[in-house]
Amino acid sequence: MTTKIFISQDSAAVALGADDVASAIANTNSDIQIIRTGSRGMIWLEPMVEVETDQGRTAYGPVNADDVASLIDAGMFEGKQDHALSLGLTEEIPFFKKQTRLVFQRCGVTDPLSIEDYKANDGLKGLQNALAKTPNDVVAQITESGLRGRGGAGFPTGIKWKTVLEAQSDQKYIVCNADEGDSGTFADRMIMEGDPFVLIEGMIIAGHAVGATKGYIYLRSEYPDAGIILNKAIQIAKDEGILGLSVLGSGYPFDIEVRIGAGAYVCGEETSLLESLEGKRGIVRAKPPLPAHKGFMGKPTVVNNVISLASVPIVMDKGAKFYADFGMGRSRGTMPIQIAGNVKHGGLFEAAFGMSLGEIVDEIAGGTHSGRQVRAVQVGGPLGAYFPRDLFDTPFDYEEFAAKDGLIGHAGIVVFDDTVDMLAQARFAMEFCAIESCGKCTPCRIGSTRGVEVADNIKNGVGAEEQIEILTDLCNTMKFGSLCALGGFTPYPVMSALTHFPEDFFPEQQVQAAE
Amino acid sequence: MSVEANVEEITSVTSEIIQELQSLEGPMLPILNEIQDHFGFVPQDSLPVIADKLNLSKAEVHGVVSFYHDYRSEPAGDHVVKICRAEACQSMGVNELSEKLLSLLGIGWGETSDNGKVTVEATYCLGLCACAPAAMVDGKLVARLDDAKIEALAKEVSQ
Repeated sequence: MTTKIFISQDSAAVALGADDVASAIANTNSDIQIIRTGSRGMIWLEPMVEVETDQGRTAYGPVNADDVASLIDAGMFEGKQDHALSLGLTEEIPFFKKQTRLVFQRCGVTDPLSIEDYKANDGLKGLQNALAKTPNDVVAQITESGLRGRGGAGFPTGIKWKTVLEAQSDQKYIVCNADEGDSGTFADRMIMEGDPFVLIEGMIIAGHAVGATKGYIYLRSEYPDAGIILNKAIQIAKDEGILGLSVLGSGYPFDIEVRIGAGAYVCGEETSLLESLEGKRGIVRAKPPLPAHKGFMGKPTVVNNVISLASVPIVMDKGAKFYADFGMGRSRGTMPIQIAGNVKHGGLFEAAFGMSLGEIVDEIAGGTHSGRQVRAVQVGGPLGAYFPRDLFDTPFDYEEFAAKDGLIGHAGIVVFDDTVDMLAQARFAMEFCAIESCGKCTPCRIGSTRGVEVADNIKNGVGAEEQIEILTDLCNTMKFGSLCALGGFTPYPVMSALTHFPEDFFPEQQVQAAE
Repeated sequence: MSVEANVEEITSVTSEIIQELQSLEGPMLPILNEIQDHFGFVPQDSLPVIADKLNLSKAEVHGVVSFYHDYRSEPAGDHVVKICRAEACQSMGVNELSEKLLSLLGIGWGETSDNGKVTVEATYCLGLCACAPAAMVDGKLVARLDDAKIEALAKEVSQ
């Protein structure tokens, strides 16, 4: 019997050599079939090779092309677990077993471009349910599920959709924000590469719910592989009658187009993204009008993040209550937490809201890759706060993080060991803001450059106390004087570094004097 | 990749690209991306053609081109190395590694080596944050960079 072998074609796996491993296995001329999947999310074990057995898939990793011969000698194709790289059954690996995989249920399991695989694993059920309902009922179900925007702002998805549904217009749009620029985040990339049909399905449901017939995916240029896979998936969906003039024969038309950005971080902000999509400089727009009223081309537009849209099919398939039963407080459902930076076990961990930061960093991530102490954890991308160990009891929840002057953002967490210089990190936050500022708001455009200078002054020992007063004042001005999160949130990493790690800002003798 | 082109060729290629993409809603970025794909940069001589066909001023087109980091005003080297400078890669020592690469090649960020072999650019996140530090070399992703990989990379792109 032909043995089925599964190897990820996710960008991270490929960057670690998955293609070489796949060809080394293919060249053994054994009676096997290699299926390239998305990633299971255990990036530290990539390239991971899985073999189908009667008990389920068994895993081996991280595999080098050089390891292939010895793995086969040790009985890998029979699923034997005698090799040093043997990991046992994939779904029994603790990192995987502890997860609640709703959005990522198929990622790493199926061939991303097999519509048969998709259908066989609950694909399109949500869309079929949605098409049988009125737009009002679909919007109500999304609202009841408690789903909030996964891009960072956490705005209730149902309310956004209702606004667009109620807007009167000859044309409405669904725009998927796939400009995932935050360092430490890769959930959007993984789902687009590993299960693109779920995003397409989510966008069609959104379109039906609000009365839009055209969708755009605004994808960052740093994700070329995701673009290739999405375009192939869209073509397959058209051929299958899932996209086109009559979605699944319902008479409702919907089409999707992928647009590639050009390397501007600020275009992840929804109004800047819309400007860019229209072909202009990605300058942030003042709100109101909201994109829901005047969005792309001045028409009512839903702008949702990839994971928000990819969460929609399961809500429509399993029901609002099923989804809302996961989570805590006003943070319902699951969140794909991306564990990154200096960690032992890096990867994607989908779980219900409510785990503590310490549990994620110490237990799930297993501490640092370098083996040194964890000193700081940045949560929520370059605009997120740095958390010290003292705050590791903070539960993963939108409101709980806000109460600690932080944000969960797109749920990327970047771990730093005790060699990190927090003054340098604060300086970088200002430098990044200066590089990426669209230039519309003066506090962001100029304040960020002044911030870099002030950080340099502190480093060079120029009157630390006075300089820190200036830095604090600058942050305050940026926070309240900027239209969007770039200028408005850059103070989070800066001020959290200063508040929680003051010893890196003051010369040694002053810290001692203060104690 | 980059090719030598004269004004006539630039104008005609630009016109063809516009012809093909003009019917899109908001065709500017698709057009510019295609032009950069073809020439390896966005030639100054393309701008008046775009302005004319899209009914914009040349200043407006220049404004868009200069806003986005991806668009180059001159050809890059034979090899393009984009190194991620964002936080996750910093936590794994990318600052030291990129300094090493730049000094081995004798260039700074955004510069092309004198022999035209290589351009090194900074990028902010390639989505490989769980296997940092990461880079993109001629469109191909590499992860878990270390001293040995940087030395091999410097050698490879210098040839």
